[in-house]
This record gives sequence, C-alpha cells and structure tokens, in this order.
Amino acid sequence: MKEVKLFLGPQHPGMHGNYSVHMYVDGDIINKSRPTPGFLHRGFEKLMERRHWMGNLALIPRICVPEPDINEMVYAMGVEALAGIEVPEKAHWIRMLVLEMARIAVHVMGLGFIGGPTGMYTATYWAIAQRDLILDLFEELTGARIYHMYIVPGGVRKDIPEGFLQRVIDVIDELETKIPEYEELILKHPVIHARIKDNIMLPAEVVWELGVTGIGMRSSTGKANDLRKVKPYARYDQVEFEVPTADYSDALTRMNVKVRELYQSIGIVRQVIAKMPVEGAVNVPVAAGNALRWTVPAGMVYSAIESSRGEYGYLIVSDGREMPYRIAVRGASYPQGLLGIEKYLKGYRIDDASLWMDTMGVCSPEIDR
Amino acid sequence: MNKEKSMFSPIKAWKYLVRRPVTVLMKDIFDNPREASDRYRGFHQNDWEKCLGCGTCSRICPTNAIEMLPVEGLEKKEGYKSERPAFDYGRCSFCAICVDICPSDSLNMSKEYLHLSKDADTFYFMPDSTGIHKDSRAHGYLRDGDSELLDLERYAMELEPVDRKKSFMEIVKGYSMEKALAESARCVECGICTETCPAHMNIPEYIRSVWKGDMKEAMSWLYKTNPLANVCGRICTHKCEGVCALGHRGEAIAIRWLKRFIVDNTSEDLYDEAALEFVIEPVNGKVAVVGSGPSGLSCAYYLRTLGYEVDVYEEKALPGGVIRYGGPEYRLPEESVLKDIGIIEKAGVKFIVNTKVGRDVSLDKLRDEYDAVFLGTGFSLSRELKIPGYEHEDVAYAIPFLGQTRDYLRNLAKMPEVHEKTVVIGGGNVAFDVGRTLIRLQQTKYNKDFVSMAALEHRGILPCDIEELEEGEEEGIKGHFGYGPAEIVIKDGKIQGLKVQKVISIFDEEGRFNPSYDPTDSFVIEATQVFIATGQRPEYAYLDEEMLSKITMERGQLKTGAHGQLENYPWLFAGGDIVQGPDIITGVANGHSSAEGIDAYLRSIKK
Repeated sequence: MKEVKLFLGPQHPGMHGNYSVHMYVDGDIINKSRPTPGFLHRGFEKLMERRHWMGNLALIPRICVPEPDINEMVYAMGVEALAGIEVPEKAHWIRMLVLEMARIAVHVMGLGFIGGPTGMYTATYWAIAQRDLILDLFEELTGARIYHMYIVPGGVRKDIPEGFLQRVIDVIDELETKIPEYEELILKHPVIHARIKDNIMLPAEVVWELGVTGIGMRSSTGKANDLRKVKPYARYDQVEFEVPTADYSDALTRMNVKVRELYQSIGIVRQVIAKMPVEGAVNVPVAAGNALRWTVPAGMVYSAIESSRGEYGYLIVSDGREMPYRIAVRGASYPQGLLGIEKYLKGYRIDDASLWMDTMGVCSPEIDR
Repeated sequence: MNKEKSMFSPIKAWKYLVRRPVTVLMKDIFDNPREASDRYRGFHQNDWEKCLGCGTCSRICPTNAIEMLPVEGLEKKEGYKSERPAFDYGRCSFCAICVDICPSDSLNMSKEYLHLSKDADTFYFMPDSTGIHKDSRAHGYLRDGDSELLDLERYAMELEPVDRKKSFMEIVKGYSMEKALAESARCVECGICTETCPAHMNIPEYIRSVWKGDMKEAMSWLYKTNPLANVCGRICTHKCEGVCALGHRGEAIAIRWLKRFIVDNTSEDLYDEAALEFVIEPVNGKVAVVGSGPSGLSCAYYLRTLGYEVDVYEEKALPGGVIRYGGPEYRLPEESVLKDIGIIEKAGVKFIVNTKVGRDVSLDKLRDEYDAVFLGTGFSLSRELKIPGYEHEDVAYAIPFLGQTRDYLRNLAKMPEVHEKTVVIGGGNVAFDVGRTLIRLQQTKYNKDFVSMAALEHRGILPCDIEELEEGEEEGIKGHFGYGPAEIVIKDGKIQGLKVQKVISIFDEEGRFNPSYDPTDSFVIEATQVFIATGQRPEYAYLDEEMLSKITMERGQLKTGAHGQLENYPWLFAGGDIVQGPDIITGVANGHSSAEGIDAYLRSIKK
C-alpha cells in the first residue's frame, strides 16, 4: 500500500495547543512521524532579554497556558536567588497554595481531555466545568483566570482576600466528592481501557534515554522523583504528602498516577490553609528604586520546580542590569513532546497519536518557548 | 484501576437526570450577567483629575500598549502634563503593572471584560474614569501597599548634629555613592521637573547617568543648561522637587542633592572635560556682562560656548555676586563657589573687578567698546523697613551683614558687630540665613546664642523652605510667626527690643500687600540689635534718565522682550533678579537665554 502523509494538528480536537505532527502512514499504522513545533514560538526567551525584570511577569505565564504559575515561580525563585532576597514566610505558603491549585486544575483538565481523542466528550465538559471553579478562585485571588501574574520576584503581588481560604476549601471538598465519578466515567470505562491499557507505552529505558521527568518517569520506573520531595522549595518540606509511583509503563497507569496525585494535592492545599501564617508581609522589593530600575546582581542560576508534567526550570543569567541577560527555559514536555514523538510514535495507530500527546503530558508552548 | 463491566452500567447514567446540569443556558448568562471579582483586571479607567500625564505607565508597559497623547483643551497646571495615556487593547496583556506603578494613583482597572465591536479602532482608546463603555462601572484591580512598584521614601540626607552651629562648616553631609545610586533608582523619568525648572535642566537624564554611574555624562547634562552646578546643587530653590511625580504619594526625589553628588564626585579632569567641551575660540565678537552674579556668570559661560569674547564687570573685589556675598558659608562653602567660578574663568571669561558700571565706567563706554551688553546687576540693596527706630545704629540689614560675614570668613574683613541678643525681621530664606549666621557668630563670640525672629506669615505659609525652618529652629531660632514689627523699642539710646503685633491679614481685599494688625495682641521681643531681612531691591544707577524713561519698569523689574532684549535698546540685554525671580536658578536660565539672544542679535546685524 502507498505511504500517505497525514497532518495531526495544529487544528485538531486531540491536539494539545498549536502543535503539529506529520505522520507517514501505511494503512492506519504510523511508519514515521515528525513533530512540527513553532506555531507558538514568540521567542519568549529572547523577548525576556528586552523587558524589565518586573515586565517579564506579563510574558512568562504564556509559556504554559494551562499551568502558568510554574513560570512565575521558577522566575521568581531564580531572581530571588541572584538578588539574595529572603521571601516573607506568608508568601511561601500563598505560593504553594497557588501552585497546588494550578496542579489540581491542570490534572482535572488532563483527566477530562482524554474524552477528546476517545470520543467521550462528557468527560471533557465535566473537567472544564470543574476547572472553572478553580479559575474563579484564581480570578478572586489574582485578578485573572488564566494569566495570573501573581507570583512575583520577592513574594506574591497581593495578600489573600477575606474569606478566600474558606472558598478554596469548599471547592476542593466538592472536587474530592467528584473524583470517584471521574474514575468511574473515565478510568473504569471499558472503551477507555480498550484504548489506553497496554498501549501508548513509555518504558523505563526510554525515560532514561530521553530524560523524561514527572508522572511519565514515576509511573514506569517506580522512582519517587518529585522535586517537591527531593529538593523542596517554598515550604514543601513542612507539609506531608506522598509521591505516587507505579512500575508499568502504559497510559492507563499514568492516568491512575495522575488521579492519585490529585488526592495528594488536595491534601497539600488543606495543610497549606491550616499552616499559613495569618499576618505578615507578602512581598519584599527586589532592589532599591522603582520597578523600572530594579537591577539584579550579575550571576547565573538554575531554578527548578515540579510542574504537573515534570521538572520545569529556568536558567537565568544576569549581567547586573535592569533586564535579564539570558533566560533559558527547560520545558518539562520537551523530551517526550519533541524527541519522543520523533522516535517512538511510529508503530502506533493513527488514532493513538492524539492519545499519545494527551497521556504523555505535552504542553506545546514550552517546547516552542 | 480495573474496568467495570456490568449490565447495569448504562442505567447509571439515569441518575444524572436529577442532577443540576454542568452546562449553563445562554439565556441565564444574558439575563444574569456575571460580575467579575473585585480584583479583576479588566479594561482601564483613569481619573483625569489626578493623572499627571507623567507617562510612567507607558514606560513600564511590557507590551508597549500605552501611548501618551496630547489632549487639546486640558487646563495647563504646573506639575501636570497635558497628556493622557491611550491604550491599545490589541497589545495590552492586562497585567496591571501600569496600575501598580502609577505615581498619581489615577489609574486602575475595571471589572469590564467584554468589548465587542466591528470597528477595530474602538479597541484603541484613551480611558477616563468612566472606562471603555463610558458608564462608570465599578473598580476592578486597584493598587495597594502590597503591589506598590515605586520606591516612595527618600534616602535621608544626613546633617551634621546640632553642634554644627558652633562653626561655619557645611551642614549637609552629601550622599554616599550607595545612597546616591539608590536615590537615583527612584526616578521614573517623567520630566515634569524639567518643565518646571526655570533653566529646564535635563534632570531625568542626569539622574539616569548617576544611576548608571557615568559621572562624566552626568556632568555634561548639567553644563548643558547650568554652569553653576556646585551652587545649585547646594542652595537652589529646587522647584523641581515641588512637582516631582513621586511627591504625590511619597517623597520627591532629592534632585538637588543628586546634583551636588555629581559635582562632588567627579574627578577634576572629567569635570573640566565635560564643562569645557563646547567652549570655542572667541571669533564672533565681544560682549560685556555687567554684574557677576548667577545670571551674569551663566550668560558669560554660554557666550563663550557660542564663540564670543566676554568681559564681566564686578563692583566688588571678588566675582560671584550673591553666591559670593549672599549665601551663607555653612550652606555654600567657598570651595563650591570657587569651583564654579573657576570653570567659568577656565572657559576664558575675563573678570574686571572693583569696577562699578555707572561709577567707574559708563554704560555708553561699554556700548562703544563691545558689540552687546548684558545687565545682571541683581537685587543688591536691602529693602528698608521704616518703623519707628529704624535709623538706630544697631539696626542692620541682611545683605551687607551676610556679605561682611563671608568676607570675614575669607579673612578680608573684621567680624560683623553682633550683640548677645538679636532679633531678625523676616520669614524668607534670607531671614533664616541671617538668623543662622547670627547664631554661629554669637557662638564664636559669646559661646552662646540668642536669636529671635518675627515674620508676618504664620508658620504654615512662611515663604522660606521647610528645611530652613526645621533646621533653624533646631539650631535655636525662636520664631514669632504671624507677628509683624510695630516699633523698635529704644531706651536711653539703646535698643531694648522689637515690639510686634498679631497679624490679621497680609494682603488687602484687592490682593495688594497691605498687612493689618491686631494692636491688642502685642509684645516686645527682647533684643539689643535688630536685623532687617524683608527683601531686596535693585539699583539702576548705571541707567541715565533718558534710558530710564525709555525702559518699561514693572514693580522695580525691567520689562524685556524675548531673550531679555530691551525694547529701544537692541544691543542691551538683561536678566536675573532685575528681570525675573528673584532666585538663582531663574538667573541662570535668563543668562543662558540672553546669551542665545545676543548671539542671534549679533548674527542678524552682521548680515
């Protein structure tokens, strides 16, 4: 049979973001695949070199749309390390709250979006509605639903509004009661099982070969490698949580690990709310002067945190001026989203390709950055 | 998770029939539009009453979405620009950093998040407080103390402790490098100061140079508009700081002290290089400058940069006028004066001292010998105060007293006569100069001080700078503010004190100076010597009667055309106190402007 070239994305319900995969198929089997990134390439890294340290705040959340806060956090951590600033205690806890809420939102969405490539849109709608409740909270706390621009070098931008923490508890309580329904609808569903059980494999040797982190790594190697545990930032060393692992490499196992992480995050949010100091400053200035003239001492620092997809880091270089000299982004989806597709998508069926994107944890702008 | 396979599975779906649906009807959305949260970052609102037009929002904007546009018909107010920000929502990222840095607190965001239009141009607009849809929706995101992006507190200038009054040592210590850098980092570069400064100094530019640590560049900026940087870095009236954008919510930038930092911390070779960079060969003509005060020095310096030979005529033995004989040593040390005048001498200006125009040489002669003449003779005489007893020999005037004190400190004169108990009449900066100089002389002579002060104005409206009042009182001046002088009480030929009475009003109904008093509220301030510092006046002995009749005067000042050129006498220019002011920076500005005017005039007649 003649080999046919097929385009998956950038416009496709199963595609995550503006990303494209060129597939050379024989029948419905993929013989060769070429990832085609760049649709979201704005030159984030270069743009950052032309903006004030504070101004970059408006740009960096766009490097990962569903989970923007990780960008703010690694940026802030890097700048703080270079400037030698100590973040106020309360800010650490607020940051953890934001990061875990973001993780919950993105995991819920990841869980529901499997409905796209499998044709079960109920899951997608449920997930979007559930996530919106968290976005409401973000709107109340930060002033925006998606691009929060809230975690800033030096702390967080504003204190917590009155009664906010109770509303967070209400939302996560309600979410906790819903998760079993998701499990029933998605993870126990025979159709989904037929599609992702023993399929879309990410074997341990591929993890080591490509440098996959996050759920992909934890679910196939059994290694509890989570930066929140192994290299705690903020106040993750003061909350109790487990790092779920597994030792099978199919997509269903990855989804199960994701749900178990969801429960852990809910637990972290509850602990953060219980332990967060009531009083205290929420930020300190980065440097003397106004934000137009904040300078960061010369130096180079790599800061990394655990995103929902794995290790997410910024390498920040400052030459002492009011703008960064260079920032390089380590996107967590780069290994599997770019290299993985090129090398390991072949052999699967056409309709597995979007499930591949979905269950591997791929966020295309962080590949493009 | 294992899959569930049961024949009842399809039935489970029925339970969702009685659940509230996850989706919402469009009708509900239209009937009950959702209001955004209190912090929502929607479209901008800008209170035009508060907005300074400073453009800080535009400079911080990470997406270049804000443009400052001139607004026609906006009332021109000092300290405000007639520009307002316009937003391009094709670019805006709704980050609200502009709100957090707004120095006037005029900018905020609304809860409006919907704008639908076929006309793309409506996405570019200049908001006022009614927002994009002109219907005054509720405020959304506002700046608060946590999200502040300005540095509102000034880095304090250290003063010598109060023991400073025992000597004439300079009292202001000056910024350290570290503090100067931190202070200069507060500037938002709006340039409102430049508009307000009489000399339109490039203030944001030289502050930026300090921030970059480039002293030569900073010096170059200073000398573009002001050749008396040492003097103005110490005793300028700093109108710039009065309008500083930072002053609206916090403390104004210490512009004057940063200027002083530049001149004090630039090495001599860089200093000379920057100051003399534009001085050229004197090939264009010859100009006489009458009076070597700030306006004369400024005019002379800029004439040298325009290629003229300049002779400055000075009545006294040393050039400098008010900066040599007026400002007190503890504010303006001799080295600073010498440095500024030294640069002007290095620029090739010739000083002809001990020569009074009108006495030793006539204006006519100057006219014959030079291509043009600049008059900058200043307010050289004290304004008399004719209250009973004013002719007593122990009544002294500010100008000669301050002059003699400076000469005494130069070992060129004896110490002025100072009694143990003195009173100063006046409430301006000069009155405080006299009072604080008296304290120092009394400390030298008697090892104790006793200086009282009486001024018409009450404390809140004293014409002096607030620092003068605070520092003066700290040094021991006993102020009686809101009390006007009625009589110098003399007994047996000796002054016993100054009788003062409560001031009811200073100006009459027509707004003229005409103080009225309450004679029932009066007392005598104990003193044996009275100093009068109620203002200065000009002397026009060099103008003959014909000239006086042809020159228009207004309240003792000459009325001039553009660049200080006098009507009927195109070769004659004037500036400084006799035209405008009185203050030093206005004199500097006039001198510069006249230099340009003289150049234009001489070029025009050569054609």
